[in-house]
Formats: sequence, C-alpha cells, structure tokens
Amino acid sequence: MKMNPIQVSNLTVAYDRKPVLQEVTFQMPEGKLIGVVGPNGAGKSTLIKAILGLIPTASGSVEIYGKAYRTQRKLVGYVPQRGSVDWDFPTNALDVVLMGRYGHIGWFRRPGKKDTAIAMQALDKVGMKEYAGRQISQLSGGQQQRVFLARALAQDATVYFMDEPFVGVDAATEKAIISLLNELKAQGKTVLVVHHDLQTVKEYFDWTLLLNKRKIALGPTEEVFTVDHLQKTYGGRLAFLDTQVSPSYVVQP
Amino acid sequence: MFYELLSTLQDANTQWVLLGTILLGIASGVLGSFALLRKQSLIGDAMAHAALPGICLAFLLYGTKSIGWFLVGAALSGLLATYFIQVIINHSRIKEDTAIGLVLSVFFGFGIVLLTKIAQTENGNQSGLDDFIFGQAASLVGNDVRVISAIAIVLLLVTWLLFKELKLFTFDRQFAKGIGLPTGLLNGLLMTLIVSAVVIGLQAVGVILMAAMLITPAISARYWTDRLDRMVIVAGTIGALSGMLGTILSSMANRLPTGPVIVLAATVIFLISLIFAPHRGLVSKGLKLYRIRKIVARETVLQTLYDLSEEVSITNKKIRFSKEALLSRRKMTVRKLDSNLKRLQKEGYVHHIKDMWSLTESGGSKAYEIVFNNRLFEIYTMYEMKFASLQFAANDVWDYRNIDSSTLKELEQLMAIHERTPKLAPKYFGKGETFRKENSSQSAKKRKKEVKSL
Amino acid sequence: MSYGAWIMLTGSLVGVSCGIIGCFLILRKMAMLADAISHTVLLGIVLAYLVSHSLEGIYMLIGAGIIGLLTAFLVQVLHSSGVQSDAAIGVVFTSLFAFGVILLSAFAGKVHLDVNHALMGEITFIPWNTLTIGGVDLGPSAVWMLGIVLIINLILIFLFYKEIKISSFDPAMATAIGIPVMFIHYLLMSMVSITTVASFDSVGAILVVAMLIVPGATAYLLTDKLLVMLLISAVIGVLSAIGGYYAALVWNISISGSMASIAGLIFATAFILSPRHGLLSKLLARKSIISERT
Repeated sequence: MKMNPIQVSNLTVAYDRKPVLQEVTFQMPEGKLIGVVGPNGAGKSTLIKAILGLIPTASGSVEIYGKAYRTQRKLVGYVPQRGSVDWDFPTNALDVVLMGRYGHIGWFRRPGKKDTAIAMQALDKVGMKEYAGRQISQLSGGQQQRVFLARALAQDATVYFMDEPFVGVDAATEKAIISLLNELKAQGKTVLVVHHDLQTVKEYFDWTLLLNKRKIALGPTEEVFTVDHLQKTYGGRLAFLDTQVSPSYVVQP
Repeated sequence: MFYELLSTLQDANTQWVLLGTILLGIASGVLGSFALLRKQSLIGDAMAHAALPGICLAFLLYGTKSIGWFLVGAALSGLLATYFIQVIINHSRIKEDTAIGLVLSVFFGFGIVLLTKIAQTENGNQSGLDDFIFGQAASLVGNDVRVISAIAIVLLLVTWLLFKELKLFTFDRQFAKGIGLPTGLLNGLLMTLIVSAVVIGLQAVGVILMAAMLITPAISARYWTDRLDRMVIVAGTIGALSGMLGTILSSMANRLPTGPVIVLAATVIFLISLIFAPHRGLVSKGLKLYRIRKIVARETVLQTLYDLSEEVSITNKKIRFSKEALLSRRKMTVRKLDSNLKRLQKEGYVHHIKDMWSLTESGGSKAYEIVFNNRLFEIYTMYEMKFASLQFAANDVWDYRNIDSSTLKELEQLMAIHERTPKLAPKYFGKGETFRKENSSQSAKKRKKEVKSL
Repeated sequence: MSYGAWIMLTGSLVGVSCGIIGCFLILRKMAMLADAISHTVLLGIVLAYLVSHSLEGIYMLIGAGIIGLLTAFLVQVLHSSGVQSDAAIGVVFTSLFAFGVILLSAFAGKVHLDVNHALMGEITFIPWNTLTIGGVDLGPSAVWMLGIVLIINLILIFLFYKEIKISSFDPAMATAIGIPVMFIHYLLMSMVSITTVASFDSVGAILVVAMLIVPGATAYLLTDKLLVMLLISAVIGVLSAIGGYYAALVWNISISGSMASIAGLIFATAFILSPRHGLLSKLLARKSIISERT
C-alpha cells in the first residue's frame, strides 16, 4: 500500500477558546501541487506551522508518509514567509541555502564539499548561481524568495510546505517558482503552497484545499474551485466580475 | 517598632526626603506610563545612564555642586543620548535594542572617565557625585527637595494640561498628525518630560535603578485598569507608595541604601499586582481558566456524544458509544472523561448500559444547545470581517442568545451552507436507541435555496 | 610580564570574549537582555559569596551562571504572561540588581566587595591578585579565569556554530528541522553570564555591557559575513582595551571607563566612515544618484 505523503487528522488549533483551525482532516495525494486558499485569518499559515510542529495544537495528529512528523523531518522541506527573517543578517545567499543541509548534517559537523555542491546546484536551479556570494540584504525581494526556495531544494525533501512564496515577487520570479514547482512535481514530490491570488489558482495547482477555519473543500482544482465553494470559503466578500469565460475574482473588504 | 517609625517620621530631614521621594514617585509613575505605552521603557534606562557625563560636565564647568546645573547637564546629555539612539536606528542597520545598549554603556563609561577626572580636582572629593550612581536619598537637603518638588509639580501640571494631546499622540501618532497636532513638537515635549522625571530621580535613586521608577509603577498600574487616565493615576500612586515605603524602611534600617529599597518596594507592589489584580492578575486569570476548563470539559463530553450520534444517525447504527470512541474523537485524559461522565450522569444528561454511553433526552437538548452555540461561534470566526459589528473580543464568552436576531439569522444561514447545522433536534433524542430521521431530500433543497439567497 | 602588559592582556581577553559573544546578542536582538544579565550577575556574586564564604572564581561563575539564567527565564515568564518585553527586562534587572545591592550593604562587613568595585571594576589591582599553585606564581588569577571562560566560549561556539547561526537567522526553520531553539537560547545566555562574571572584576558591570555591545555593533557595520564579524568584533575589543589603557595612562583616568569611551569612538568612526553601511558612503551614494538624474 502506498502511504499518503501528508495525512492530517482532526487538527485543531485554538488561542484560548477561539478556534484558529477546527478539526481539519485531509490527506494529500502524492506528486501533486496543492494550493491552500482562503481569506485572511483563515488559518492557512497556521496549518503549515501546526503541521511542522512550530505551534502547539489542541488536538489532532499529523503523519508524513505514515509516521509522526518528528521522525520524518528529513523528508520535509519548508519555505517560511520571506518577511519572517531579518535580511540584514550577515551572511550570503550560498550560506542561507546551505542551511537547508543542516538537518541532514547533524550535530557538530560542518557542511562539506558535497553539501556545497548541492547548495550551488539548488541556486542554479532557481537562476541565482551568480549571486551565491551576494550578501542577502543586497538581493531584491524576488531574489530573496528564490534563495529561500533554493534552501528548500537543498533540503532534498519529498514533501514541501511553502508559505506564500508568491508574495511581493516580480513576474520573472513568479514564473521561475512555478516552473520549479512543476519540476518538483515531475519528480514525484508533493508540494503544498499557501496562496492568496485567486486568479492564478487554476493555472498553478493540480489540487486545491479551500480553508476557512475548517476544510471547506479539497480535491482536483477543476472540481473544487467552483463559485459555490468559493462563496462558502469567502462568505459574501467575493464578487464575481466575469463569470462567463475567464472568471476573475475580487475579494471585497 | 511603632515608636521607631514615629521617631523616624518626626525627624525633619526624613520629612524632607520623604516629600522628595513621594513627589518623585508620582512624577516618574505618571510619565513612565507614557513611556511604557510607547514601548520606550528602556530608553528611560538609557537616559538615566547617559545623565552621568552631563552631571560631571556640569560640575566641571560650574565648579561646585549645584542641583540646578546638575539637572540641566543631566537633561541635556540624556536628550543627546536619545537623539543618538534615533540617529543610529535611522541611519544604519543597527536595531533599537543594540542602539540603546550601545549609547547607554558608552555614555556611562565616559561618565566614569569624567568622574575619575573630577576626583583629582581640588574640590572633587566633596562633590558627592558618586551618590548619583546608586542614589543617596539621605543626602538630600532642603534645597534639593525644593528643586525636585518644583520640577515634579511642573511636570505633572504640563501632563495634566496636555493630557488629551499626549494621550492621542501615544495611542496613534499617525492619527494625531492627521488631525493637525504638531507630533514632532509633542514627541520632543514628551521626551523632555521623561528626561526631567529621570533627572530629578537621580539623586535619590541613582542612574542605574532609575529605570525601575519609570517602568515598575507603570507596568503594575497596567494590571489594575485599561484606561490611560486611570492608569496614570494608579501609576502615580504606586510610585508615591514605593517612594514612601522605601524611604521609611531604609531610614529605619540604617545601613540600607534608599534607592534600591524604593525599587524593591515597587517590585513588591508589582508582584502583588501581577498575582492578585482583578481580571488581569495571575490568580484571577488562573481561576477563570480553571472555570473555563471545567465548563469546556463538560461541554466537550456532551458535544462529542452529540457529534457521534449525529454521524451514526445517518447510518442507523447503534447510538451508544464506548469511552474509547469518545476519546478517539477528542483528546482528553481518561480521568477527566470519567469524572465528567459521572457528573453528567448525576445530572441526568447521560446514561450507560455496561460500558456504552449515550445522551438522555434532557442531555440531548442540552448538547444540542452547546453544539449549536459552538458551531455558530465557529461560523462567526470564519467570517469575522463580515460580522465585525459584533465587537466580540477573544476573552468574552460566546453566547448566541446575546446576538441580535438578524445577525443570528445570517449566521444560521451560513451555518446551513456549511452543513454545520446540528442535525439532531432535541426531540430526536427519545428513550429509544434509533432516531426518527429528517427527510433528507427536503433538507438538501432547503440548503440550495439558502445558497442562492446569500 | 610588566604590570601594564598584564592589564592590557586582561582587557584584551575581556574584549575578545565579550566581542565574540556580543555579535550573537546583536543579531538575535538581545542586547538589552545582556545588559540586564550584566547587572543581575551582581546578585549572583553576592549570593555565591554568602553561600560559599569564598570569593573564588568557580563559586562566582556558578552563582552568576544561575542568576544569569534566572534573569533570562524570569524575563521569558513575564513576557509570556503578557508583559511587553522591554518592560519585562526593566522590571527583572532592576529588582534583582536592587536586591543584590541591598544584600551587599546589609552584609557589608562580611563581603570584601564594594558596590563601586562591582560596577566599575578595578583592573588596576588585577596584576597583584595572582594565582599560586604549589608556591609557583602563575600570573593574575583574573587572566586565568578570563582565559578559561574564553576557551569554553570558543569551544561551545565551535561545536554549535551552525545551530546558533540558523536559530539566530530563522528560528522557525530551525525548529522545523529539529534544532532545539530554546536550548540554544539558554546556552547563549549562560555564556553571557559566565563571560560577564569573569569580566566583572576587571571592568565592572556597566562596562561589560559596553564590551558586549559596542565591538559587535561596530563589526556589524563593517562586514556582511558572520565569521568575519566575529573576528572584527574580537579585534575591536582588543583595540578598545589597549587604546583605553593608554588613554587612561595619559590622562590619568579610570581604565575601564576609558576602554568604553574608546570603544564608543571606534564605533562612531565606523558609523560615519564604514565603506558600505557608513553615514558618509550613504550620503555620497545618494548624492551621486541625484547628480546622475540631473
């Protein structure tokens, strides 16, 4: 039997009594690009953080290929939000990418030649090879995002979690990221991406998880990404400008 | 003991010192509240440390000890330090905490340099400048106290007159600017007020511990009230109390330095506030949490039984559940589950046959209400923006009975769309073990209609 | 070795130990927590003395280590119970420091440690307080203590370099790949505590802060590589110590105060003249942009 790459059961996260995520249960198929979509405050980032054990959960369990996350760390790659770190940190792009190897290297050992080669390869894949020695604060937003992606690649994982990788990046970077995601998919890897641009969901993702505190819907994008489901997810805040040919979605305040 | 206290209080010098420390406590408590709310508590620390070179320079320039010139020197170097901190933050990649620590320690180091230089001048020995490091309240003389009191009163007066503006500025600088307040000027004024409060405390409390006079009363006051005007008054009172207690205690026990005793007195008041304050104190919070946990545990058991019943009602399976089934649905310790089931049984909400548990009729209607309320709350959190008018704060207890009927209706509709409407109305929990089922096709139609109407 | 050389060696050891550990504090935005620890260590020293009745280094290190960790812990506790972090630091350090001063005054007759000494250090006495084992004079005991602490720090940083680095840069990622971020935090805080107490005797509490923060902040303006930052910071620590000593000789002033002042001057120079992050280069860059446009 083939194990599911991500199996989340009954995951509940709450601050005091206020639910942030409620009884979220789902399993992801292998080798798909999955978009996690929902309004602000729907718990999208919280979902990733809870899966990775970064925040305490009230109940529920998470399994990566059938085992607890703790024992499967090496199978998992993580791209946090770009704004979560201080880019003035004195280090260069290559060094940040090398951090992706730390989980494999283990205590007391340094990254070796092999790790550096992997990191350089990862940088090359995101088109940042020539910026390897560049101080990270000297990079543009898009380039910083690519460095983060390269770091995740260097983790050499089979399941990836990415928190809003498309926020604040230029068009070229967006294209680079999406082709990279497709390449990962082609290698049979599973990628879960928190995404908030509704226009591109159909184009980018095979599967979509609509989330608003609970799971609203999960499945192949063409089945899930419907007006009904979106209404449910976004409440009355969604206006459908053109429902005929190429629908475009606007989230109203 | 009492006699000792009385004789201490009768001493004229102690009375002067007492007056000084009380006024100083009020002023620093009041201005500390503003510093705290602007998240600038530690800038007060930097100002205090940075005052040392100012005092020394004033002495070197003026030649003898003069409280007036000391205050001017201390205020100027304190303001200069604040300015440097701002420049470093604005013009380099160095962050605030590093900038504060850097300026603080370098100014203080330079102060020490000047202090050793002064010690070598002919009247340096009687300068008493060392007192400024730890404070020496006992050395306050009538003239010092008069100056300190005058400044403290001026500070309080200015704060009182400009309270509205300072409040707005502290709360929302952008908005204050928007309605035409001179925010640059206000910022300068507030900094000057804080630096003055620091400066008049130096002689009594010393540069190192002066930060406590700004921070501790203010943070203690925060526990007793949510409103700035009250907070300022409470902080002033706590500051006065600390000053008074510290002065009396240290003058009774001869060898104890006044400054540190004042600070410890403030700390004790802080600890009392932290632990015992109503609403925000740890005891009150703990009790509240305990009560909530108790309620939640009870609700959880009922809700879990309801959820499970709801699921099996569709498949027509038996509606009695083992403890394991309950536990696998929601995380809970076995002991907690046992005690709650026991209690609920006593109340007649649940009953069991052997190890299998189910809701009674009254339990069913109780559980229905709980489930209805909780699911409605969930729906509310999903569309929080939409229902912003409810003004629901995270620590309030959600109760659907407090919501106006039109909002309630809207929430119920959304609940139906998400298929979260409790399916088992109380009447379905009869004495028997199967349910009378709702006509499913009808309910589906109803749901569709609701989607459209939204 | 001459009297002056011993003092310079002591100062340099303080500069190197503090300079290196300070870099991490700056990058983790914990400079003020270090400031707090450097104050509360006084309480640790007094308590250690009251318990052990000895002013020997090892007891001081243990006492300071415990109180240093307690400081970090209390700040954490207050912060997590809802007190904003700057106020939490302020309340904790002033309380513990005030308690230390009161104990010191109350037992003034018994403790051979006066407050001014604790604050400003007495580096001039260092060379006379020597360590003798079996009748052999091994040099000032402060130098030994500082040397040992420096070696401990260097070993710990060497062993945990990559863990410290990633948990400073990206704690979320560090946690996700299984690095015990809290352990690293308290490890660093213990290093700060023992470094502070070892430096205490020579430069005093406040100037330890200067040595912890100023060289690191200066190095932060001069390089974009962590390892280089550590090196530059150590060098600046040594320069401040030696420069401070000579300045103190010339003007006959407090050595520790003068070290802090020299460190401040070096920082000011870097702040204005640093090739990439300096005020002047930024100003020039802005000007050249404007002139290009016109």
